[in-house]
Amino acid sequence: MSMTITEKIIAAHAGREKVQPGELVNVKIDLALSNDITAPGAIQEFAKTGVDEVFDRDKVVIVPDHFTPNRDIKSAEQAKMVREFAHAQKLTNYFEIGQMGIEHALLPELGLVLPGDLVIGADSHTCTYGGLGAFSTGMGSTDLAAAMATGETWLRVPSSIKIIIDGQLQPWVTGKDIILFIIGQIGVDGALYQAMEFEGTTIDSLSMDSRFSICNMAIEAGGKNGIIAADETTRSYVSERSTRAYTPFVSDGGAEYERVLKYSAEDIDLQVAFPHLPSNAKEINSVGDVEVDQVVIGSCTNGRIEDLRIAAKILADKKVASGIRLIIIPATQAIYKQAMNEGLFNIFIDAGGVVSTPTCGPCLGGHMGVLAAGERALATTNRNFVGRMGHKDSEVYLAGPAVAAATAVAGKIAKP
Amino acid sequence: MKIQGKAFKVGRDIDTDIIIPAQYLTTFDAKELAKHCMEPLDPKFYDKVKDGGIIVAEENFGCGSSREHAPIALKGAGVGAVVAKSFARIFFRNAVNMGLPIFESTEAVDAIAAGDDVGIDSETGVIDDLTTGESFEVASFPDFLTEIIEAGGLIAYTRERVKSENGKNRK
Repeated sequence: MSMTITEKIIAAHAGREKVQPGELVNVKIDLALSNDITAPGAIQEFAKTGVDEVFDRDKVVIVPDHFTPNRDIKSAEQAKMVREFAHAQKLTNYFEIGQMGIEHALLPELGLVLPGDLVIGADSHTCTYGGLGAFSTGMGSTDLAAAMATGETWLRVPSSIKIIIDGQLQPWVTGKDIILFIIGQIGVDGALYQAMEFEGTTIDSLSMDSRFSICNMAIEAGGKNGIIAADETTRSYVSERSTRAYTPFVSDGGAEYERVLKYSAEDIDLQVAFPHLPSNAKEINSVGDVEVDQVVIGSCTNGRIEDLRIAAKILADKKVASGIRLIIIPATQAIYKQAMNEGLFNIFIDAGGVVSTPTCGPCLGGHMGVLAAGERALATTNRNFVGRMGHKDSEVYLAGPAVAAATAVAGKIAKP
Repeated sequence: MKIQGKAFKVGRDIDTDIIIPAQYLTTFDAKELAKHCMEPLDPKFYDKVKDGGIIVAEENFGCGSSREHAPIALKGAGVGAVVAKSFARIFFRNAVNMGLPIFESTEAVDAIAAGDDVGIDSETGVIDDLTTGESFEVASFPDFLTEIIEAGGLIAYTRERVKSENGKNRK
Protein backbone atom coordinates (compact mmCIF):
# COMPACT_ATOMS: atom_id res chain seq x y z
CA MET A 1 0.00 0.00 0.00
CA SER A 2 1.27 3.44 -0.90
CA MET A 3 1.95 6.05 1.75
CA THR A 4 3.08 9.67 1.91
CA ILE A 5 6.32 10.62 3.66
CA THR A 6 4.29 11.93 6.61
CA GLU A 7 2.32 8.68 6.92
CA LYS A 8 5.53 6.64 6.69
CA ILE A 9 7.27 8.53 9.49
CA ILE A 10 4.20 8.26 11.72
CA ALA A 11 3.81 4.54 10.95
CA ALA A 12 7.49 3.89 11.72
CA HIS A 13 7.12 5.62 15.10
CA ALA A 14 3.84 3.87 15.86
CA GLY A 15 5.40 0.45 15.22
CA ARG A 16 2.96 -0.08 12.38
CA GLU A 17 3.27 -1.26 8.80
CA LYS A 18 0.77 1.29 7.67
CA VAL A 19 -1.34 4.18 8.90
CA GLN A 20 -4.23 6.01 7.25
CA PRO A 21 -5.35 9.63 7.46
CA GLY A 22 -7.86 10.11 10.27
CA GLU A 23 -6.52 7.30 12.47
CA LEU A 24 -5.49 8.14 16.01
CA VAL A 25 -2.15 6.53 16.82
CA ASN A 26 0.30 6.48 19.67
CA VAL A 27 3.85 7.27 18.56
CA LYS A 28 7.33 7.25 20.07
CA ILE A 29 9.01 10.62 19.83
CA ASP A 30 12.63 11.39 19.02
CA LEU A 31 12.63 14.80 20.67
CA ALA A 32 10.37 16.86 22.95
CA LEU A 33 11.06 20.59 22.82
CA SER A 34 9.91 23.55 24.87
CA ASN A 35 10.97 27.13 25.62
CA ASP A 36 10.92 29.69 28.42
CA ILE A 37 7.23 30.49 28.04
CA THR A 38 5.85 26.99 27.42
CA ALA A 39 8.21 24.89 29.58
CA PRO A 40 6.92 26.31 32.90
CA GLY A 41 3.47 24.90 32.18
CA ALA A 42 4.94 21.60 31.04
CA ILE A 43 7.12 21.31 34.15
CA GLN A 44 4.15 22.06 36.39
CA GLU A 45 2.06 19.34 34.68
CA PHE A 46 5.00 16.90 34.50
CA ALA A 47 5.17 17.01 38.30
CA LYS A 48 1.61 15.67 38.42
CA THR A 49 2.30 12.61 36.25
CA GLY A 50 3.88 10.64 39.08
CA VAL A 51 7.08 10.26 37.08
CA ASP A 52 10.29 11.59 38.64
CA GLU A 53 12.60 11.60 35.67
CA VAL A 54 12.04 12.54 32.06
CA PHE A 55 11.92 9.56 29.69
CA ASP A 56 15.33 10.33 28.19
CA ARG A 57 17.49 13.23 29.27
CA ASP A 58 19.06 13.44 25.80
CA LYS A 59 15.70 13.80 24.10
CA VAL A 60 14.05 16.51 26.18
CA VAL A 61 15.25 19.85 24.83
CA ILE A 62 14.64 23.24 26.43
CA VAL A 63 15.65 26.48 24.78
CA PRO A 64 14.91 29.71 26.68
CA ASP A 65 14.59 32.01 23.67
CA HIS A 66 11.34 33.98 23.78
CA PHE A 67 11.74 36.59 26.53
CA THR A 68 15.47 36.06 27.03
CA PRO A 69 17.91 37.56 27.88
CA ASN A 70 15.29 38.14 30.55
CA ARG A 71 13.13 41.13 29.69
CA ASP A 72 11.68 41.68 33.18
CA ILE A 73 11.39 40.10 36.61
CA LYS A 74 8.51 37.80 35.73
CA SER A 75 10.30 36.38 32.71
CA ALA A 76 13.48 36.05 34.77
CA GLU A 77 11.54 33.96 37.25
CA GLN A 78 10.15 31.73 34.51
CA ALA A 79 13.64 31.31 33.04
CA LYS A 80 14.97 30.43 36.49
CA MET A 81 12.33 27.78 37.05
CA VAL A 82 13.13 26.24 33.66
CA ARG A 83 16.87 26.32 34.35
CA GLU A 84 16.44 24.60 37.70
CA PHE A 85 14.30 21.87 36.15
CA ALA A 86 16.87 21.34 33.37
CA HIS A 87 19.66 21.02 35.90
CA ALA A 88 17.69 18.76 38.24
CA GLN A 89 16.82 16.48 35.31
CA LYS A 90 20.39 16.69 33.99
CA LEU A 91 19.11 17.56 30.53
CA THR A 92 21.84 17.27 27.91
CA ASN A 93 20.16 19.78 25.66
CA TYR A 94 19.35 22.82 27.76
CA PHE A 95 20.88 25.94 26.26
CA GLU A 96 21.80 28.84 28.49
CA ILE A 97 22.45 32.38 27.23
CA GLY A 98 25.70 32.06 25.33
CA GLN A 99 24.69 28.80 23.69
CA MET A 100 21.04 29.71 23.26
CA GLY A 101 19.61 30.62 19.88
CA ILE A 102 16.07 30.71 18.50
CA GLU A 103 14.99 27.10 19.02
CA HIS A 104 13.95 26.31 15.45
CA ALA A 105 17.21 27.61 14.03
CA LEU A 106 19.29 26.07 16.81
CA LEU A 107 18.10 22.45 16.76
CA PRO A 108 18.83 21.79 13.07
CA GLU A 109 22.11 23.68 13.34
CA LEU A 110 23.25 21.37 16.16
CA GLY A 111 22.16 18.26 14.29
CA LEU A 112 19.54 17.43 16.91
CA VAL A 113 16.87 16.72 14.29
CA LEU A 114 17.52 14.39 11.37
CA PRO A 115 15.49 13.17 8.38
CA GLY A 116 12.81 10.66 9.35
CA ASP A 117 12.66 11.84 12.98
CA LEU A 118 9.41 12.53 14.80
CA VAL A 119 9.61 15.67 16.91
CA ILE A 120 7.04 17.47 19.02
CA GLY A 121 7.47 20.86 20.59
CA ALA A 122 5.50 23.20 22.80
CA ASP A 123 5.82 25.90 20.18
CA SER A 124 3.71 26.18 17.07
CA HIS A 125 6.70 26.73 14.77
CA THR A 126 8.09 23.30 15.63
CA CYS A 127 6.91 22.40 12.11
CA THR A 128 10.15 24.04 10.87
CA TYR A 129 12.07 20.72 10.99
CA GLY A 130 9.97 19.41 8.12
CA GLY A 131 12.65 21.16 6.07
CA LEU A 132 14.91 18.23 6.97
CA GLY A 133 12.40 15.58 5.95
CA ALA A 134 11.34 15.02 9.56
CA PHE A 135 7.78 14.97 10.93
CA SER A 136 7.52 17.73 13.48
CA THR A 137 4.55 19.52 14.95
CA GLY A 138 3.58 21.95 17.69
CA MET A 139 1.50 21.12 20.76
CA GLY A 140 0.70 22.66 24.12
CA SER A 141 2.51 22.42 27.43
CA THR A 142 0.36 19.60 28.80
CA ASP A 143 0.89 17.43 25.74
CA LEU A 144 4.57 18.07 26.17
CA ALA A 145 4.46 17.16 29.86
CA ALA A 146 2.92 13.79 29.05
CA ALA A 147 5.53 13.22 26.33
CA MET A 148 8.37 14.13 28.70
CA ALA A 149 7.05 11.48 31.07
CA THR A 150 6.39 8.67 28.60
CA GLY A 151 8.39 9.40 25.45
CA GLU A 152 5.16 9.06 23.53
CA THR A 153 2.29 11.14 22.27
CA TRP A 154 -0.95 10.61 20.37
CA LEU A 155 -1.45 11.91 16.87
CA ARG A 156 -4.28 11.99 14.42
CA VAL A 157 -2.71 10.94 11.12
CA PRO A 158 -3.15 13.96 8.84
CA SER A 159 -4.19 13.78 5.22
CA SER A 160 -1.66 15.44 2.93
CA ILE A 161 -1.67 18.25 0.42
CA LYS A 162 1.04 18.07 -2.22
CA ILE A 163 2.41 21.40 -3.37
CA ILE A 164 4.56 21.23 -6.47
CA ILE A 165 6.66 24.21 -7.51
CA ASP A 166 8.70 24.00 -10.66
CA GLY A 167 10.98 26.41 -12.44
CA GLN A 168 13.51 29.06 -11.63
CA LEU A 169 12.89 31.71 -9.01
CA GLN A 170 13.15 35.39 -9.83
CA PRO A 171 16.00 37.44 -8.35
CA TRP A 172 15.78 38.00 -4.56
CA VAL A 173 12.85 35.59 -4.16
CA THR A 174 13.40 33.08 -1.35
CA GLY A 175 11.50 30.45 0.63
CA LYS A 176 9.64 33.16 2.55
CA ASP A 177 8.06 34.52 -0.63
CA ILE A 178 7.08 31.00 -1.68
CA ILE A 179 5.29 30.24 1.57
CA LEU A 180 3.60 33.67 1.79
CA PHE A 181 2.43 33.17 -1.79
CA ILE A 182 1.01 29.73 -0.98
CA ILE A 183 -0.73 30.94 2.20
CA GLY A 184 -2.14 33.81 0.12
CA GLN A 185 -3.56 31.22 -2.27
CA ILE A 186 -5.03 28.75 0.24
CA GLY A 187 -5.74 30.93 3.28
CA VAL A 188 -4.86 30.68 6.97
CA ASP A 189 -6.91 27.50 7.37
CA GLY A 190 -6.26 26.18 3.87
CA ALA A 191 -4.30 23.24 5.25
CA LEU A 192 -6.12 22.83 8.56
CA TYR A 193 -5.09 19.55 10.29
CA GLN A 194 -3.19 18.55 7.14
CA ALA A 195 0.38 17.81 6.11
CA MET A 196 1.84 20.19 3.52
CA GLU A 197 4.32 18.31 1.37
CA PHE A 198 6.50 20.40 -0.92
CA GLU A 199 8.31 19.17 -4.02
CA GLY A 200 9.35 20.19 -7.52
CA THR A 201 12.45 21.50 -9.23
CA THR A 202 12.21 24.85 -7.42
CA ILE A 203 12.16 23.15 -4.03
CA ASP A 204 15.09 20.93 -5.10
CA SER A 205 17.14 24.03 -5.85
CA LEU A 206 16.48 25.69 -2.49
CA SER A 207 19.01 26.06 0.33
CA MET A 208 18.24 24.46 3.68
CA ASP A 209 17.63 27.95 5.06
CA SER A 210 14.83 28.58 2.55
CA ARG A 211 13.39 25.12 3.15
CA PHE A 212 13.20 25.87 6.88
CA SER A 213 11.42 29.17 6.14
CA ILE A 214 8.80 27.36 4.07
CA CYS A 215 8.09 24.57 6.58
CA ASN A 216 8.22 27.06 9.46
CA MET A 217 5.07 28.76 8.20
CA ALA A 218 3.02 25.62 7.46
CA ILE A 219 1.23 26.42 10.74
CA GLU A 220 0.15 29.78 9.30
CA ALA A 221 -1.96 27.83 6.80
CA GLY A 222 -3.33 25.74 9.67
CA GLY A 223 -1.09 22.82 8.71
CA LYS A 224 -0.07 20.12 11.14
CA ASN A 225 3.34 19.85 9.52
CA GLY A 226 5.24 20.96 6.46
CA ILE A 227 7.66 18.53 4.91
CA ILE A 228 10.31 18.33 2.20
CA ALA A 229 11.89 14.93 1.58
CA ALA A 230 15.62 14.78 2.25
CA ASP A 231 17.91 15.02 -0.76
CA GLU A 232 21.60 15.62 -1.37
CA THR A 233 21.33 19.17 0.03
CA THR A 234 19.81 17.76 3.23
CA ARG A 235 22.31 14.94 3.53
CA SER A 236 25.23 17.28 3.16
CA TYR A 237 23.70 19.65 5.79
CA VAL A 238 23.19 16.92 8.39
CA SER A 239 26.46 15.07 7.74
CA GLU A 240 28.34 18.15 8.98
CA ARG A 241 26.29 18.19 12.16
CA SER A 242 25.54 14.68 13.36
CA THR A 243 26.90 11.16 13.29
CA ARG A 244 23.61 9.62 14.43
CA ALA A 245 22.12 7.08 12.02
CA TYR A 246 18.81 8.09 10.45
CA THR A 247 16.20 6.67 8.12
CA PRO A 248 15.01 9.06 5.44
CA PHE A 249 11.58 8.51 3.90
CA VAL A 250 10.03 9.51 0.59
CA SER A 251 6.42 9.41 -0.56
CA ASP A 252 5.36 6.46 -2.71
CA GLY A 253 4.30 7.12 -6.29
CA GLY A 254 0.76 6.01 -5.61
CA ALA A 255 0.33 7.85 -2.30
CA GLU A 256 -2.99 9.63 -1.87
CA TYR A 257 -3.37 13.36 -1.46
CA GLU A 258 -6.31 15.46 -0.39
CA ARG A 259 -5.33 17.82 -3.18
CA VAL A 260 -2.37 18.64 -5.40
CA LEU A 261 -1.45 22.26 -6.05
CA LYS A 262 0.95 23.23 -8.83
CA TYR A 263 2.72 26.54 -9.20
CA SER A 264 5.37 27.91 -11.46
CA ALA A 265 8.29 29.68 -9.80
CA GLU A 266 8.17 32.36 -12.48
CA ASP A 267 4.75 33.42 -11.14
CA ILE A 268 6.00 33.95 -7.60
CA ASP A 269 7.18 37.51 -7.07
CA LEU A 270 8.45 39.07 -3.85
CA GLN A 271 5.56 38.99 -1.37
CA VAL A 272 4.28 41.26 1.40
CA ALA A 273 1.55 40.06 3.77
CA PHE A 274 -0.60 42.96 4.95
CA PRO A 275 -2.14 43.17 8.43
CA HIS A 276 -3.63 41.22 10.09
CA LEU A 277 -3.26 37.79 8.56
CA PRO A 278 -0.36 36.02 6.84
CA SER A 279 -2.79 35.19 4.04
CA ASN A 280 -3.15 38.88 3.06
CA ALA A 281 -0.19 38.43 0.74
CA LYS A 282 0.37 40.83 -2.16
CA GLU A 283 3.02 41.02 -4.84
CA ILE A 284 5.56 43.72 -4.15
CA ASN A 285 4.49 45.69 -7.23
CA SER A 286 0.94 46.08 -5.96
CA VAL A 287 1.83 47.22 -2.44
CA GLY A 288 1.57 50.98 -3.05
CA ASP A 289 2.94 53.57 -0.64
CA VAL A 290 3.26 52.10 2.83
CA GLU A 291 5.56 54.00 5.16
CA VAL A 292 7.01 52.13 8.14
CA ASP A 293 8.61 53.05 11.47
CA GLN A 294 10.58 49.87 12.04
CA VAL A 295 12.11 46.97 10.13
CA VAL A 296 12.94 43.68 11.87
CA ILE A 297 15.13 41.06 10.23
CA GLY A 298 15.27 37.90 12.30
CA SER A 299 13.07 35.19 13.91
CA CYS A 300 12.76 31.42 13.44
CA THR A 301 11.49 32.17 9.95
CA ASN A 302 14.27 34.41 8.63
CA GLY A 303 17.14 34.88 11.06
CA ARG A 304 19.53 32.54 9.28
CA ILE A 305 22.76 33.30 7.44
CA GLU A 306 21.14 33.33 3.99
CA ASP A 307 18.73 36.01 5.23
CA LEU A 308 21.49 38.13 6.73
CA ARG A 309 23.62 37.85 3.58
CA ILE A 310 20.72 39.00 1.42
CA ALA A 311 20.07 41.93 3.73
CA ALA A 312 23.75 42.87 3.71
CA LYS A 313 23.90 42.81 -0.08
CA ILE A 314 21.12 45.38 -0.22
CA LEU A 315 22.34 47.48 2.71
CA ALA A 316 25.98 47.68 1.57
CA ASP A 317 27.03 51.33 1.17
CA LYS A 318 23.45 52.43 1.88
CA LYS A 319 21.87 54.22 4.80
CA VAL A 320 18.70 53.36 6.64
CA ALA A 321 16.15 56.08 5.88
CA SER A 322 15.91 58.84 8.45
CA GLY A 323 13.62 57.93 11.33
CA ILE A 324 13.50 54.20 10.53
CA ARG A 325 14.62 51.73 13.19
CA LEU A 326 16.34 48.70 11.67
CA ILE A 327 16.74 45.79 14.10
CA ILE A 328 18.66 42.74 12.95
CA ILE A 329 18.58 39.59 15.07
CA PRO A 330 20.77 36.65 14.03
CA ALA A 331 18.92 33.53 15.15
CA THR A 332 21.78 31.69 16.87
CA GLN A 333 25.25 32.34 18.26
CA ALA A 334 26.82 30.43 15.35
CA ILE A 335 24.93 32.54 12.81
CA TYR A 336 25.86 35.65 14.79
CA LYS A 337 29.54 34.74 14.70
CA GLN A 338 29.45 33.77 11.05
CA ALA A 339 27.77 37.03 10.08
CA MET A 340 30.30 38.95 12.15
CA ASN A 341 33.23 37.14 10.55
CA GLU A 342 31.85 37.72 7.09
CA GLY A 343 31.77 41.45 7.81
CA LEU A 344 27.98 41.71 7.67
CA PHE A 345 27.80 43.55 10.99
CA ASN A 346 29.95 46.36 9.62
CA ILE A 347 27.48 46.75 6.79
CA PHE A 348 24.47 46.72 9.14
CA ILE A 349 26.00 49.15 11.61
CA ASP A 350 27.37 51.50 8.94
CA ALA A 351 23.91 51.56 7.40
CA GLY A 352 22.46 52.67 10.73
CA GLY A 353 20.94 49.39 11.90
CA VAL A 354 21.39 47.62 15.23
CA VAL A 355 22.38 43.99 15.76
CA SER A 356 20.85 42.10 18.67
CA THR A 357 21.78 38.94 20.51
CA PRO A 358 19.57 35.97 19.48
CA THR A 359 16.00 36.15 20.80
CA CYS A 360 12.43 35.76 19.54
CA GLY A 361 11.95 39.20 21.11
CA PRO A 362 9.89 41.53 18.93
CA CYS A 363 8.25 38.80 16.82
CA LEU A 364 5.71 38.22 19.57
CA GLY A 365 5.86 41.69 21.10
CA GLY A 366 8.18 40.50 23.86
CA HIS A 367 11.07 42.94 23.85
CA MET A 368 13.81 44.36 21.56
CA GLY A 369 11.46 46.36 19.37
CA VAL A 370 7.90 46.48 20.70
CA LEU A 371 5.58 48.83 18.76
CA ALA A 372 3.56 51.77 20.11
CA ALA A 373 -0.01 52.57 19.07
CA GLY A 374 -0.17 53.71 15.47
CA GLU A 375 3.29 52.39 14.61
CA ARG A 376 3.98 50.14 11.70
CA ALA A 377 6.70 47.55 11.15
CA LEU A 378 7.80 45.44 8.25
CA ALA A 379 9.29 42.22 9.58
CA THR A 380 10.70 38.95 8.32
CA THR A 381 8.78 37.23 11.13
CA ASN A 382 5.80 34.90 10.71
CA ARG A 383 2.68 36.52 12.18
CA ASN A 384 1.01 39.85 11.63
CA PHE A 385 -1.97 39.33 13.92
CA VAL A 386 -3.53 42.28 15.75
CA GLY A 387 -1.07 43.43 18.42
CA ARG A 388 1.48 40.76 17.59
CA MET A 389 4.48 43.10 17.90
CA GLY A 390 3.10 45.35 20.59
CA HIS A 391 0.14 47.72 20.90
CA LYS A 392 -3.14 46.48 19.48
CA ASP A 393 -3.25 49.54 17.24
CA SER A 394 0.13 48.83 15.68
CA GLU A 395 0.63 47.02 12.39
CA VAL A 396 2.98 44.33 11.10
CA TYR A 397 3.71 43.62 7.44
CA LEU A 398 5.49 40.35 6.66
CA ALA A 399 8.12 39.86 3.97
CA GLY A 400 11.42 38.19 3.21
CA PRO A 401 14.87 39.64 3.92
CA ALA A 402 15.30 41.39 0.55
CA VAL A 403 12.12 43.44 0.87
CA ALA A 404 12.93 44.12 4.52
CA ALA A 405 16.37 45.54 3.75
CA ALA A 406 15.09 47.56 0.79
CA THR A 407 12.28 48.92 2.97
CA ALA A 408 14.73 50.04 5.66
CA VAL A 409 16.60 52.06 3.03
CA ALA A 410 13.50 53.50 1.36
CA GLY A 411 11.53 54.21 4.55
CA LYS A 412 8.50 52.67 2.92
CA ILE A 413 7.82 49.16 1.66
CA ALA A 414 10.10 48.70 -1.33
CA LYS A 415 11.70 46.12 -3.55
CA PRO A 416 15.46 45.81 -3.91
CA MET B 1 -22.06 18.18 31.86
CA LYS B 2 -24.52 21.00 31.28
CA ILE B 3 -23.21 24.43 30.36
CA GLN B 4 -25.19 27.64 30.12
CA GLY B 5 -24.32 31.21 29.20
CA LYS B 6 -24.88 34.20 26.97
CA ALA B 7 -23.51 33.98 23.44
CA PHE B 8 -20.50 36.15 22.72
CA LYS B 9 -20.16 36.18 18.93
CA VAL B 10 -16.80 36.54 17.20
CA GLY B 11 -15.62 36.27 13.60
CA ARG B 12 -13.24 33.88 11.88
CA ASP B 13 -9.50 33.36 12.52
CA ILE B 14 -9.57 34.49 16.15
CA ASP B 15 -5.89 33.95 16.90
CA THR B 16 -4.10 33.18 20.14
CA ASP B 17 -2.56 36.67 20.22
CA ILE B 18 -6.11 38.00 20.50
CA ILE B 19 -7.19 35.39 23.04
CA ILE B 20 -4.20 36.21 25.23
CA PRO B 21 -1.52 38.66 23.96
CA ALA B 22 2.05 37.32 24.22
CA GLN B 23 3.17 40.11 26.53
CA TYR B 24 1.17 38.46 29.35
CA LEU B 25 2.75 35.00 28.96
CA THR B 26 4.86 35.30 32.07
CA THR B 27 2.37 33.37 34.17
CA PHE B 28 0.10 30.32 33.95
CA ASP B 29 -2.23 31.77 36.61
CA ALA B 30 -5.80 31.55 35.24
CA LYS B 31 -7.09 34.61 37.14
CA GLU B 32 -4.18 36.76 36.04
CA LEU B 33 -4.46 35.67 32.39
CA ALA B 34 -8.24 36.08 32.45
CA LYS B 35 -7.96 39.84 32.99
CA HIS B 36 -6.33 40.22 29.57
CA CYS B 37 -8.35 37.60 27.71
CA MET B 38 -9.53 38.88 24.29
CA GLU B 39 -8.16 42.31 25.20
CA PRO B 40 -7.23 43.41 21.64
CA LEU B 41 -10.75 42.54 20.46
CA ASP B 42 -12.77 43.86 23.37
CA PRO B 43 -11.10 45.31 26.48
CA LYS B 44 -14.39 44.77 28.36
CA PHE B 45 -14.54 41.07 27.45
CA TYR B 46 -13.72 39.95 30.97
CA ASP B 47 -16.60 41.96 32.45
CA LYS B 48 -18.96 40.66 29.81
CA VAL B 49 -18.32 36.95 30.38
CA LYS B 50 -17.27 36.73 33.98
CA ASP B 51 -20.67 35.42 35.02
CA GLY B 52 -20.59 32.76 32.34
CA GLY B 53 -20.40 33.14 28.61
CA ILE B 54 -20.27 30.95 25.56
CA ILE B 55 -18.10 32.03 22.66
CA VAL B 56 -19.73 31.45 19.31
CA ALA B 57 -17.12 31.73 16.56
CA GLU B 58 -16.76 31.35 12.83
CA GLU B 59 -13.96 29.23 11.28
CA ASN B 60 -10.43 28.53 12.56
CA PHE B 61 -10.85 29.61 16.20
CA GLY B 62 -7.57 29.59 18.11
CA CYS B 63 -5.16 29.77 15.18
CA GLY B 64 -1.58 30.79 15.80
CA SER B 65 0.65 29.81 18.65
CA SER B 66 0.71 26.70 20.82
CA ARG B 67 0.24 28.67 24.04
CA GLU B 68 -1.90 26.74 26.48
CA HIS B 69 -2.45 30.09 28.16
CA ALA B 70 -5.25 30.60 25.59
CA PRO B 71 -7.73 27.99 26.89
CA ILE B 72 -6.56 28.73 30.46
CA ALA B 73 -7.39 32.43 30.01
CA LEU B 74 -10.79 31.66 28.49
CA LYS B 75 -11.70 29.29 31.31
CA GLY B 76 -10.38 31.71 33.88
CA ALA B 77 -12.49 34.51 32.41
CA GLY B 78 -15.63 32.46 32.87
CA VAL B 79 -16.12 31.13 29.36
CA GLY B 80 -18.04 27.89 29.73
CA ALA B 81 -17.57 26.62 26.20
CA VAL B 82 -16.59 27.61 22.68
CA VAL B 83 -18.82 26.69 19.76
CA ALA B 84 -17.10 27.25 16.40
CA LYS B 85 -17.39 26.26 12.77
CA SER B 86 -13.86 24.89 13.07
CA PHE B 87 -10.88 25.00 15.43
CA ALA B 88 -7.17 25.34 14.75
CA ARG B 89 -5.57 22.04 15.65
CA ILE B 90 -3.19 22.97 18.48
CA PHE B 91 -5.93 24.96 20.19
CA PHE B 92 -8.21 21.92 19.84
CA ARG B 93 -5.68 19.70 21.65
CA ASN B 94 -5.01 22.30 24.31
CA ALA B 95 -8.70 22.83 24.99
CA VAL B 96 -9.23 19.08 25.44
CA ASN B 97 -6.19 18.87 27.73
CA MET B 98 -7.32 21.89 29.77
CA GLY B 99 -10.90 20.73 30.03
CA LEU B 100 -12.38 23.67 28.12
CA PRO B 101 -15.47 22.26 26.38
CA ILE B 102 -15.43 22.90 22.63
CA PHE B 103 -18.02 22.06 20.00
CA GLU B 104 -18.02 22.21 16.21
CA SER B 105 -21.29 23.17 14.54
CA THR B 106 -21.76 25.38 11.52
CA GLU B 107 -25.56 25.36 11.94
CA ALA B 108 -25.42 26.46 15.57
CA VAL B 109 -22.93 29.26 14.82
CA ASP B 110 -25.06 30.53 11.94
CA ALA B 111 -28.28 30.46 13.98
CA ILE B 112 -27.19 31.76 17.38
CA ALA B 113 -27.30 35.55 17.73
CA ALA B 114 -25.12 37.66 20.02
CA GLY B 115 -26.58 37.75 23.51
CA ASP B 116 -28.80 34.68 23.08
CA ASP B 117 -29.00 32.37 26.06
CA VAL B 118 -27.31 29.12 25.08
CA GLY B 119 -27.44 25.77 26.86
CA ILE B 120 -25.17 22.85 25.99
CA ASP B 121 -25.41 19.26 27.15
CA SER B 122 -21.97 17.79 26.52
CA GLU B 123 -23.16 14.22 27.06
CA THR B 124 -25.94 14.25 24.49
CA GLY B 125 -24.09 16.68 22.23
CA VAL B 126 -27.06 19.02 21.98
CA ILE B 127 -26.76 22.80 21.81
CA ASP B 128 -29.95 24.72 22.61
CA ASP B 129 -30.53 28.34 21.74
CA LEU B 130 -32.80 29.03 24.71
CA THR B 131 -33.74 32.44 23.32
CA THR B 132 -35.12 31.12 20.03
CA GLY B 133 -35.88 27.53 21.05
CA GLU B 134 -33.75 26.07 18.27
CA SER B 135 -31.66 22.92 18.86
CA PHE B 136 -28.49 21.65 17.20
CA GLU B 137 -26.70 18.33 17.40
CA VAL B 138 -22.92 18.15 17.35
CA ALA B 139 -20.72 15.20 16.43
CA SER B 140 -19.11 13.50 19.41
CA PHE B 141 -15.35 13.24 19.95
CA PRO B 142 -13.49 10.08 18.89
CA ASP B 143 -13.51 7.41 21.65
CA PHE B 144 -9.87 7.95 22.47
CA LEU B 145 -10.39 11.64 23.22
CA THR B 146 -13.45 10.85 25.29
CA GLU B 147 -11.24 8.46 27.26
CA ILE B 148 -8.80 11.29 27.97
CA ILE B 149 -11.58 13.66 28.95
CA GLU B 150 -13.23 11.04 31.16
CA ALA B 151 -9.92 10.26 32.87
CA GLY B 152 -9.88 13.94 33.89
CA GLY B 153 -7.53 15.23 31.22
CA LEU B 154 -4.28 14.11 29.66
CA ILE B 155 -2.17 14.26 32.81
CA ALA B 156 -4.55 12.10 34.82
CA TYR B 157 -4.74 9.74 31.86
CA THR B 158 -0.94 9.61 31.66
CA ARG B 159 -0.63 9.06 35.42
CA GLU B 160 -2.91 6.03 35.14
CA ARG B 161 -0.96 4.68 32.19
CA VAL B 162 2.41 5.13 33.86
CA LYS B 163 1.10 3.46 37.01
CA SER B 164 -0.20 0.44 35.10
CA GLU B 165 3.04 0.05 33.17
CA ASN B 166 4.89 0.31 36.46
CA GLY B 167 8.63 0.56 36.07
CA LYS B 168 9.41 1.44 32.51
CA ASN B 169 12.97 1.28 31.24
CA ARG B 170 14.55 4.64 31.75
CA LYS B 171 17.79 6.04 30.64
